Amino acid sequence: MLEVHHIFKTYEGKPLLNDISFQVNTGETICLLGASGSGKSTLLRIIAGLEDSDAGFISFNNIDLTSTPPHLRDFGLVFQDYALFPHLNVNDNVAFGLKMRRMEQDKILQRVASSLEMVNLQGFEKRKVTDLSGGEQQRVALARALATRPRLLMFDEPLGALDRALREDLLNELRGILHRTEIPAIYVTHDQEEAFTLADRVLILHDSVILRDGTPADVCANPESAFVAKFLGLGNVIDGEVVSGKWKVETEHSVFTVNCSHKHSKGEKVHLLARPLPAEKEANVIQGIVADIIFQQDRFKVIFDNGLYVTLEEAPKLGQKISVKVKVECLA
Amino acid sequence: MVQKISHGDTENAEILNKNLRVSVTPWLTRILFWILPLSFLVVLFFFPLSKILALTFNLQTLTLGNLQSAFHVLLFTFYQAVLSTVLTLLLGLPSAYLFARFDFRGKSLLRALTAVPFMLPTVVVAAGFNALLGPRGLIHALFPLSSFNFIGTLTAILIAHVFYNTTIIIRVVGNALSSLDPKFESAARSLGADSIRVWWNVVLPLLRPSLLASSMLVFLFDFTSFGVILLLGGSKFSTLEVEIYLRVLKLPNLSLAALLSVIQLLCTLVFSIFYTRLVSRSTTQLAPRSTLVKPKGLKQKLFVAVLAFLLSSFFLAPLSALPFRSLFRLEADRGQRGEVQYGFTTDYYSELFINRRGSVFYVPPIQATLNSLGYAGATVILSLILGFPAAFALAKPTHLEKVLDPLIMLPLGSSAVMLGLGFIITYGKWLTLPFLVPFAHTLVALPFVIRTLQPAIASIPERLRQAASSLGASPLEVWKNIDLPILRRATLAAATFAFTISLGEFGATLLISRPEYPTIPIAIERFLSQPGGLNYGQAMAMATLLMLLTLISILLIEKFRLPNSGEF
Repeated sequence: MLEVHHIFKTYEGKPLLNDISFQVNTGETICLLGASGSGKSTLLRIIAGLEDSDAGFISFNNIDLTSTPPHLRDFGLVFQDYALFPHLNVNDNVAFGLKMRRMEQDKILQRVASSLEMVNLQGFEKRKVTDLSGGEQQRVALARALATRPRLLMFDEPLGALDRALREDLLNELRGILHRTEIPAIYVTHDQEEAFTLADRVLILHDSVILRDGTPADVCANPESAFVAKFLGLGNVIDGEVVSGKWKVETEHSVFTVNCSHKHSKGEKVHLLARPLPAEKEANVIQGIVADIIFQQDRFKVIFDNGLYVTLEEAPKLGQKISVKVKVECLA
Repeated sequence: MVQKISHGDTENAEILNKNLRVSVTPWLTRILFWILPLSFLVVLFFFPLSKILALTFNLQTLTLGNLQSAFHVLLFTFYQAVLSTVLTLLLGLPSAYLFARFDFRGKSLLRALTAVPFMLPTVVVAAGFNALLGPRGLIHALFPLSSFNFIGTLTAILIAHVFYNTTIIIRVVGNALSSLDPKFESAARSLGADSIRVWWNVVLPLLRPSLLASSMLVFLFDFTSFGVILLLGGSKFSTLEVEIYLRVLKLPNLSLAALLSVIQLLCTLVFSIFYTRLVSRSTTQLAPRSTLVKPKGLKQKLFVAVLAFLLSSFFLAPLSALPFRSLFRLEADRGQRGEVQYGFTTDYYSELFINRRGSVFYVPPIQATLNSLGYAGATVILSLILGFPAAFALAKPTHLEKVLDPLIMLPLGSSAVMLGLGFIITYGKWLTLPFLVPFAHTLVALPFVIRTLQPAIASIPERLRQAASSLGASPLEVWKNIDLPILRRATLAAATFAFTISLGEFGATLLISRPEYPTIPIAIERFLSQPGGLNYGQAMAMATLLMLLTLISILLIEKFRLPNSGEF
């Protein structure tokens, strides 16, 4: 079990990581989700031992790793730009970690073959890595990290450089591999789809703290903050002010009634989330003049002139004034 | 509270952190990196340069007579360089078009052939043209009645310059042309422009930056050319370089020589600045797909066939005349045996091993080859010892390196003859020592060595090292398994560069080498300037050897260089 204890890191006086703590349990995959530059890659490098933190420490199975250099941590790392060794062929790249561990030659061959099989690159041993496509290179990088059977796998935006279709394929394979090998993994990405596909648990990093930590379903159902709701694109985030008890909130669009477990007082500023899907049973309504319609596979995203949007099964007409019943919740 | 995402700040912070890590590298190690290469340059380049400057800027030097002769020399240097550049463009532009737009059999071979002269030592090229068109050359032997003079004319100089530099136009303009999106031309045509107007109004303006840049580079090489002018034209064609040489060795006037070399240095600096500016501006739209076509129609087929034939004969003729002439007696050659012979002979080669009384040398001519190899070996070792630390420091530049980088490259801008002059003025009393020659060669080779090593060192991303250490490699194993193997190829390429440069170096060596320690190029020059068929044949034989050595080196460099490492 990996434990991250109160990690602090500042650059030029500005905090980048501010008291970050979490743990990764055996067989668990967690995704660190955040905008680019939110410090998630730095956090990964700190865990790998490639960078020092200002305070806090990393432990694995209750052993403090502070004085353990990166090459003795036995954490596999997969980079966005693959970082394959250009002077070695596929076989020697995958075998690299095994050679460092002084494994016997015939065992290495077996392990390389089985690792390449895991990523669907059977028979690629003698190829030059510089001749491979981006997707193939990333598979080699994955095989290289898997070959040593590390006690933790870390991915730093590994699919960022690949095109969409390839990304989905690799993502599904990766999901299968992580399930089968049961190696605990930390996956860093800014792409929520990737995060939701892979993660047992999602950690959203923003403004140098972990804003939300939970299963994908939990995080979507209860984003708990305006940033998370916006970042995940869960719906319209509206600023408002509590006007009377239980709980009427006045906004620039209309007055909404929300069920809320928080204790609010009159005059308090709050953020509301208006989900875009129509919900017949709800009391709240958002309305406006249709300004734009965007086709989305099975639905239409309908954007009003006031900036709000809903997703409908049938497209209205442009310029039409419509109102839709939706679920509105309080984000505090 | 409305939360604002502040990508920018934290992203900058991460970038800053990377820079920070570099600049934390202690000053002490930086100084250790630089101490050897810098002291070498100070002692052997900047100090002699200051001596030259001191000699130039005093009243005894800046006389009306000196200034007048300097002006005439400068004028002629310009004149021949402009003429050469224009002629090079005349052959280079159609060739660039040929290579950029057409696909034909033997294309890559022809392209490689046009690039070969650029790497060849000047003495080899001069000997090649001599073997083809000289008074004892092939053409004279085949058409004995023809009484045209080639050697000793301006034409010879110009043609050799075209021979040398056409590849620059082909490369630079050809690359720009092939990366030019043909849609521009289609668009112009669809707007009603005929093919001439398309070229004049669309293609040429788009090619202008690369045209100007390549012409500037060709001009620079023609302006500073020495060996070709001395060996094919003779000392009556006094360009700056030739005149410096004359004023050092033949009609001594060191202060005029110093004045000329300062003018020369200033000119090359100005031209280099122009060139750098032009290069930084030359960007063209990238073509999305290959624009190569097979020639269609009579006009295109004729163009491709005629030009390909012209190019291959122009580039092959001197290069093949040389080895041919080194193996065949063509004239009534009354050698030492007193009998007249024609036809195939290996005498010129076997004669290289014999130390004849009354010959040009005090030693068997093959000794020149051994000298050259020894000097080249010393140059390789010296330039690697100096080049490695400099390249390491330059691969992760701080403010210090931004200042030092142009200083390190400065010897590239000064001519070899000037380096020789500096040595003579400053270290004249030690000229009897043979080890000054490899020092001069190292000065010439060092910029190339650094420019070969530096991108290789810089191209090892920190990520590769991190990946290796996350796979369990200790710092020592990272160096052994990542840095070293990647650098090995670049080191071999750099070493071969230094070796080739030293083998062919002519200008500086001519000034500072001792008669009893000739190098191959010096031996060739002396053989060529002597009467007698045997001497001529030995010049051919030596030049052939040098050509072969250089060709092997070119092949090795191409093999070792990483496919995407920098060019010059």
